[in-house]
Amino acid sequence: MQVPAAFQYERATSLDQAIELLTRYGPEARVVAGGHSLLPMMKLRLAQPEALIDINGLGELALIRVDGHDLAVGAMVRHAELLASPVVGEHFPILRDAERVIADPLVRNRGTVGGSLCQADPSEDLSAAFSALRATLVAQGPGGRRTIGIREFFLGPYETALNEAELLVEIRVPIRSHASAYRKVERRVGDWAVVAAGAVLEISAGVITEAGIGLTAVGAPRFVAEQAEDFLRGGRPDDEGFAEAGRIAAQECRPTADQRGPVDFKRHLAGELTTRALRAAAARAQGQEA
Amino acid sequence: MTTTEERPVGFGRMPRKEDARFVRGHGTYVDDVRLPGMLHGAILRSPLAHARIVSIDTSAAEAHPKVRAVITGETLAGLGLAWMPTISYDTQAVLATDKVRFQGQEVAFVVAEDHYAARDALELIDVEYEPLPPVVDARRALDPDAPVIRDDKEGQTDNHVFDWSAGDKERTDEVFAAADVVVEQDMLYPRVHPAPLETCGTVADMDAITGKLTVWSTTQAPHAHRTLYAMVAGIPEHKIRIISPDIGGGFGNKVGIYPGYVCAVVGSIVTGKPVKWVEDRSENLMSTSFARDYHMHGEIAATKDGKIQGLRVHVIADHGAFNATAQPTQFPAGFFSVFTGSYDLAAAHCTVTGVYTDKAPGGVAYACSFRVTEAVYLVERMVDVLADKLGTDPAELRMRNLLRPGQFPYRTQTGWEYDSGDYPRALRLAMDIAHYDDLRREQAGKRERGELMGIGVSFFTEAVGAGPRKHMDILGLGMADGAELRVHPTGKAVLRISVQTQGQGHETTFAQIVAEELGIPPEDVEVVHGDTDQTPFGLGTYGSRSTPVSGAAAAMVARKVRERAKIVASAMLEVSPDDLEWEKGRWYVTGDPDQGRTMAEIALAAHSNLELPEGVEGQLDATCVYNPPNLTFPFGAYICVADVDADTGQVKIRRFVAVDDCGNRINPMIVEGQVHGGLADGLGMALMQVIAFDEDGNCLGGSFMDYLLPTSVECPSWELGETVTPSPHHPIGAKGVGESATVGSPAAVVNAVVDALKPLGVRHVDMPLTPAAVWRAAQGRPLRTDLAIT
Repeated sequence: MQVPAAFQYERATSLDQAIELLTRYGPEARVVAGGHSLLPMMKLRLAQPEALIDINGLGELALIRVDGHDLAVGAMVRHAELLASPVVGEHFPILRDAERVIADPLVRNRGTVGGSLCQADPSEDLSAAFSALRATLVAQGPGGRRTIGIREFFLGPYETALNEAELLVEIRVPIRSHASAYRKVERRVGDWAVVAAGAVLEISAGVITEAGIGLTAVGAPRFVAEQAEDFLRGGRPDDEGFAEAGRIAAQECRPTADQRGPVDFKRHLAGELTTRALRAAAARAQGQEA
Repeated sequence: MTTTEERPVGFGRMPRKEDARFVRGHGTYVDDVRLPGMLHGAILRSPLAHARIVSIDTSAAEAHPKVRAVITGETLAGLGLAWMPTISYDTQAVLATDKVRFQGQEVAFVVAEDHYAARDALELIDVEYEPLPPVVDARRALDPDAPVIRDDKEGQTDNHVFDWSAGDKERTDEVFAAADVVVEQDMLYPRVHPAPLETCGTVADMDAITGKLTVWSTTQAPHAHRTLYAMVAGIPEHKIRIISPDIGGGFGNKVGIYPGYVCAVVGSIVTGKPVKWVEDRSENLMSTSFARDYHMHGEIAATKDGKIQGLRVHVIADHGAFNATAQPTQFPAGFFSVFTGSYDLAAAHCTVTGVYTDKAPGGVAYACSFRVTEAVYLVERMVDVLADKLGTDPAELRMRNLLRPGQFPYRTQTGWEYDSGDYPRALRLAMDIAHYDDLRREQAGKRERGELMGIGVSFFTEAVGAGPRKHMDILGLGMADGAELRVHPTGKAVLRISVQTQGQGHETTFAQIVAEELGIPPEDVEVVHGDTDQTPFGLGTYGSRSTPVSGAAAAMVARKVRERAKIVASAMLEVSPDDLEWEKGRWYVTGDPDQGRTMAEIALAAHSNLELPEGVEGQLDATCVYNPPNLTFPFGAYICVADVDADTGQVKIRRFVAVDDCGNRINPMIVEGQVHGGLADGLGMALMQVIAFDEDGNCLGGSFMDYLLPTSVECPSWELGETVTPSPHHPIGAKGVGESATVGSPAAVVNAVVDALKPLGVRHVDMPLTPAAVWRAAQGRPLRTDLAIT
């Protein structure tokens, strides 16, 4: 049995109390939500927080709502809940696609949407998916609430724009007419992505008016392929353009080699999966299931 | 849930007797053992692959309020236990004294009041290392400038372990020189790990007053362990009791003795308290026995019309830092010489060179019957390479070259005597189940559309049930197994056996063997195993040997009891034993079937005041030792269908057909379960499992995030078939099946994927066939899967 080092445990019963506890314990405290990244790291003693602030009791963060024109996903929503949500499935197939290939049912039952984003693991799927969607994150700290665009949220591997004692409370995505898809290659179900790509297309009168491309596990800054997005915007949604967008995405990402694959393969996959995700999104825009 | 199925009295399908406790969480594993006053051990391991130990400072750890003892190599040296013999006549450091030789090697052992404190105290031990260059690539281990790993061994000036050969070199060279067609292929069977669900562990309890050492241990071979503890530690054998309780999978991983076991024993001696040590997952993957790691070069010779004539093989075998391979002593490369496979060859020759590297020791039969997996993989890949060269269908080429039923018993070019088989029948059945011709037609259509679909065939002959004690022993202990059977006065029985289940279902299978022989229900037979104070001597469970060896012992001892019952029955019926006949469960008078006695009646009489003939003792029991006359040779034909996405390298195994012939099946349900498990295991090896190392010797497979086991999602719905060719020399005609599927399946998977990639000019891809490996092979730039990907 792998056992963690000693730590203090606090169970928060309200958001304010959670922030108060985070303030009291300082930078050596960690928030535990689903625990599926943090606890293994603690057992391997790669992480040795002095205190764990358990926010599993914060039911107000566990809701999926439609709020005005936005989909609002609470930070404590479990992966399985996001996957099962009809409103998410209807408007954001990219999230459904991603959730179907995140870990396995056991992890999805416990792991949270907010936890996934805050972990900022460079191979995480929802980070790429929500970045493609240009989500807005709502954070709350001792000084009150603020919003952060997701493309300003990820500062680097395992590093986010959250301040000390600040909690991610909600992820908001505008519900608008767009099509999306997510494609992933993994060595085995439950493994981290070798590479994955998400695509979001807004198409008006046969022209792409906005594009979002999220990439994970390839060192893409802020999980996106901006040059490929720029290329697509204003173009036509056709296979030729999607192939070129894939080529651009492959060039702009910065994969590193590991046992999931060498750099050339990951770069190739970044392009291939970008193209495939774009094609699938475009097919959905035509009302075809992809 | 209710079942209307009738339970068999003897062989047949029945649910496993042991499952009731397992599915209810009532198993008792080593980690469940809790003794009064028990302390907890933890091992400090080397972060480096190769380094000289300059100093070890344990003072801070000793000062921890909950720590009771800190043991180092120096402590052990004082007891003469710093090094221990391996089962391959090498030595292995229990705790490192001079150098560390692989990442994860045992350096110090802490005994504390609880597991958390023991683990915390490890971080208080200060070890100063002087790093040395590591030997990582087995293919370069014998380079003249390679650092010498085993400078502890007198006269050792390089990393050479052994050279071994089999077959007739001259004759093989002649056959190759005269052959129409010769093809060669390099291939790697990568280092994999058995990764049982339960990791290894021990609770050691030395009673200072009685001098008796009781060891609860995760062992597949409790009796062999007891003898080895006696020989190595000098504790009298009758004062050692090894208990192997429920075991959560072994697959060869629990054959050897690990440093942690020895440390727990020493910890108990030093503290006077029971000491528990159970390793964690990373420790299991990084330090306990691996399997395979064979770097092979194969050559195959044939006539131009596809008659296979010869095989020539050279292997570099990576044995890690200590040669701790588990196999019969006279077989340093295990049974690799069965690499001639299922074919009638004119000549064959192989050489195996074992080398040391800075990696964990081991080389166990990971569900592979002593290197038969490597051998089958080699020959079955070579046959496909030949088929590709000749432009012949691989199934057709096999059919043309398989041994014929009339050729058995068949002596191979490397000296094995295959006992029985009907190989073409098994292959035909597999092809029928798969609809082989339809699959080929579908493939042709897909190829025209540019889609990649592959069909892989493999045919294997297993060599299991080691073995005849004249030829096979482990450290001088002959590989025979004992059995004791007692029938209680009320007709219920207890069978005591020497082998130890790790999930194979012995409590059911062995009860069924006795049931078949005595004609009493399997529910009435209690099977006792896994406790050296309660069971007869024997070498344990690995290499699919339980049914071939111990199963034979169970049948033979039951027949002895049946014969004794006959004499008792003759006294009861007042007739001569010669006038009695047996029907299942009952002796009766010839010509007068109503006059008879059941086993229960006989059992009661055997314990009663019934007057027995002169020289016949009362009661109803017997013992026996079974020394197998030969191995048994199960075989099978496997067909795999794979779809490959060339642009992502993803492999989808669509279908898998497995026809197994393991002789008579005692419990077909258990056999099928074992085949299912073995197929999943083999598919895992083919597609995802590998313990690779980076250039510094860091282990890259040290957790289940890095060392991947297959899930139900990757596995197709297995399609099983069977033929039955009973072993002619086995008392119940059984052959063993535990490892067949693991042996046969990897080649089928790889053959399927290579077949799929054929339009791209690919002739071989090394396992594991990850997306990266497949894509790079398709690009003509294959990966070295045993090293860090760069």
